[in-house]
Amino acid sequence: MATESAVSTLSVHDAEHDHHEELSFLRKYVFAEDHKTIAKQYLISGIIWAIIGISFSVIFRLQLGFPQLKLEFLRPLIGNWIDETGKLSPDFYLALVTMHGTIMVFFVLTAGLSGTFSNFLIPLQVGARDMASGFLNMLSYWFFFLASMLMFVSLFLETGPAAGGWVVYPPLSALPQAHMGSQMGMTLWLSSMALFIVSQLLGGINYITTVINLRTRGMSFSKLPLTIWAFFLTAILGLISFPVLLSAALLLIFDRSFGTSFFLSEIYVAGEALPNVGGSPILFQHLFWFLGHPEVYIVMLPALGITSEIIATNSRKPIFGYRAMIASMMGIAFLAFIVWAHHMFVTGMNPFLGSVFMFLTLIIAVPSAVKAFNYITTLWRGNIRFTPAMLFSIGLVSFFISGGVTGLILGNSALDIQLHDTYFVVAHFHLVMGASSAFGLLAGVYHWFPKMFGRMMNEKMGYVHFWMTFIGIYCIFFPMHYIGIAGFPRRYYAFTSNDFTKNIFQDMNSFISIMAVITFSAQFLFLYNFVYSLIKGKKATQNPWHSNTLEWTTPVVPGHGNWPGEIPAVYRWPYDYSKPGAKDDFIPQNVPYSATPESNLPHENELISLEKAIEAQNYNDQFKQPH
Amino acid sequence: MAATAATTDESVVFDKKAWMGGVEPMNASYGKLMMWFFLISDTFTFSALLVTYGLIRYSYPAYSPEINGVPFHFSNTYWPVPDHVFNALPFLHGLNAPLIFVGLMTFILIFSSVTMVLAVEAGHRRDRRDVEKYMLWTILGGFAFLSSQAWEWSHFIHGTEEGSTIRELVAGQWVQHTIFGANLAENQYGPPAFADLFFFITGFHGTHVFSGVLLNILIFYRTSTGMYDRRGSYEMVEKVGLYWHFVDLVWVFVFTFFYLV
Repeated sequence: MATESAVSTLSVHDAEHDHHEELSFLRKYVFAEDHKTIAKQYLISGIIWAIIGISFSVIFRLQLGFPQLKLEFLRPLIGNWIDETGKLSPDFYLALVTMHGTIMVFFVLTAGLSGTFSNFLIPLQVGARDMASGFLNMLSYWFFFLASMLMFVSLFLETGPAAGGWVVYPPLSALPQAHMGSQMGMTLWLSSMALFIVSQLLGGINYITTVINLRTRGMSFSKLPLTIWAFFLTAILGLISFPVLLSAALLLIFDRSFGTSFFLSEIYVAGEALPNVGGSPILFQHLFWFLGHPEVYIVMLPALGITSEIIATNSRKPIFGYRAMIASMMGIAFLAFIVWAHHMFVTGMNPFLGSVFMFLTLIIAVPSAVKAFNYITTLWRGNIRFTPAMLFSIGLVSFFISGGVTGLILGNSALDIQLHDTYFVVAHFHLVMGASSAFGLLAGVYHWFPKMFGRMMNEKMGYVHFWMTFIGIYCIFFPMHYIGIAGFPRRYYAFTSNDFTKNIFQDMNSFISIMAVITFSAQFLFLYNFVYSLIKGKKATQNPWHSNTLEWTTPVVPGHGNWPGEIPAVYRWPYDYSKPGAKDDFIPQNVPYSATPESNLPHENELISLEKAIEAQNYNDQFKQPH
Repeated sequence: MAATAATTDESVVFDKKAWMGGVEPMNASYGKLMMWFFLISDTFTFSALLVTYGLIRYSYPAYSPEINGVPFHFSNTYWPVPDHVFNALPFLHGLNAPLIFVGLMTFILIFSSVTMVLAVEAGHRRDRRDVEKYMLWTILGGFAFLSSQAWEWSHFIHGTEEGSTIRELVAGQWVQHTIFGANLAENQYGPPAFADLFFFITGFHGTHVFSGVLLNILIFYRTSTGMYDRRGSYEMVEKVGLYWHFVDLVWVFVFTFFYLV
């Protein structure tokens, strides 16, 4: 597989062979094994899912903001989910909330973000022809596609898609008679996730082995761009946490379809006692959150990596604390696995255990703060260029901080008793993980669009898009904190029965919904910009951002194999921006120290002697002798 | 897998001076790394299942001679003692042979790992005949294990001749009835959860063994058609070997949890 990519790559770039055999349309664009094509496939799929996922949230926001609103105009779109009175059906409301969560977390911010940028950037930034195994990489996308299809089909079921929340807690999700969403919709949800996990596994082992084994000469781990570090750690997180969800999903499938009781015990449904005894629904929560918590960082770390790169490039300054950034990402990745029970403080867990998980949870603030301060200190007195990508990156840092601060409140097991499952939680995670990583995705698209498609995105539209989205998101989620503190629970169709929810805050809910509609419509500007720039955008130059990393040493639109001829060697770290004495304000990674005597520091002069060793490094025959 | 590639473009001449990319820390090829990382991932799948087993098992009381009386008898109120559940041998009806059969199964699987090691070692020597021989033994061991497991499942499902009388609450009424064997809803040997976990976890492991056998057959086929000879490397044998040992290692844990403790 990789043998093939390397082999055909070479044939492409062999000086004697100007022409190489054209791949068929199917192999070039559909079942493609080229990492750049796969990245684009993930990007397009992610964008489509984002439109679906966000539009769901807009529909249920309309219900929450304007409970009396007649949604008759949505009938052509969602049919009988609008009941006779012209209102959204409560059952479908639950399905919308569930699908919004599932789609955004898994299909947009995991597959759309990691899938796009890990695939696109890992080979380009480590200096490789392609992923280790193009074939597995292709399978990874198509497993994701199958998972997508199953989930998409479930939207059209008579009984609706899964409706038990994206966390699918049993017994609700395990008993088809519990809710219509727990029937076929749930079956498809579980099957879709099982395929999704396979896709993640195939993608993950590829990302990891590519980073470990396919780096170009001189590209030591301490010279890797922070994006690659982030993708690498993300892949490890996914590799370890997703299989646990697979186990939980398989056990749940057995409970649903084959009469076992792994997660069920002593249940009455509609007055009828079920025979299930012996299982534990809390066990499912433990298994789920062993994935679910690392999943937060699977979503977040790539966005943080992308931000590191973009902020350093556009501040024209070296990233502040390169090693501290790596260490804090490792710290976050490690802590990710030992904090899951903070999602379960109110399950009747032993309070002492709760205090242990609280302690571990609050420790995450340390590496997160290190990252936040490093971003700010990188910006500090930088020669900042406010490109759209830069704006989105700064926006990410802002969201990460303001959402992270409320994490300290929620991580406290005593305060969580009041705040659990309220809109405070919704506000917290949408800022710190949802909006932040969506901004990372958008920043990445604006920044690497020229490398992906050879054209620049329109900056003016980018600015409008940024400010509308940035202000919009704060207007949506800031008021939500107040609603949560006031005690409004999440996932409720309407607030009619409690005095404290009856009339107050309705104006705030309406405001949030209006802002949600505005923010959603701003995304169409991005879509327009994306398509417009794809066709009519300004032609990109080879290195439009004057960036240091290896992908900008490829041709404007890199072909199969990425570099014509030899892959460049790497001599320096990727953040030599505005180095005192240097001619330009950037020195790409492939420029040897011997070529820049004017800017070398004393210890770098000593590194010149190593250049020979780097160049003489083994003409590795990994691909000449297939394994 | 990589084989398809190697055969498609063999005419390409490599420029020996050109940097092909790639470093191999610890001399591990990317393919071998992939297998290792897959195994790490699979470890977590099995760990989750075994954690589930542990949690459910210890939510039930264990058999205690003082409280539940001697001799041991099956009841759905406490977790059964494995010695009394798995005590049958094929063709020897009525014999009480605690854990003998599963011990044999375990021995077969461990032994197939030994032959796998020999196959890998023969691969290092590029000795095609020896690779073939030992792969065949490994495949045989895998099938022997799977057949034993099939027999054990079948015995477990059909149960003992006398069955067990179980008192349980059905729709608010205490009813007493005799159960023979076990399925996912009923279990003559103890709580239904015992059978649920037994079927799920040994079944999941058995599926792994079965895929391992399929991979072994593939390797055997490719060895005997000379593919690895032509390729000049028997690394695929090693990679599949890793998987086979892993499946063995998992069995050691499954065996410990279900039969020993």
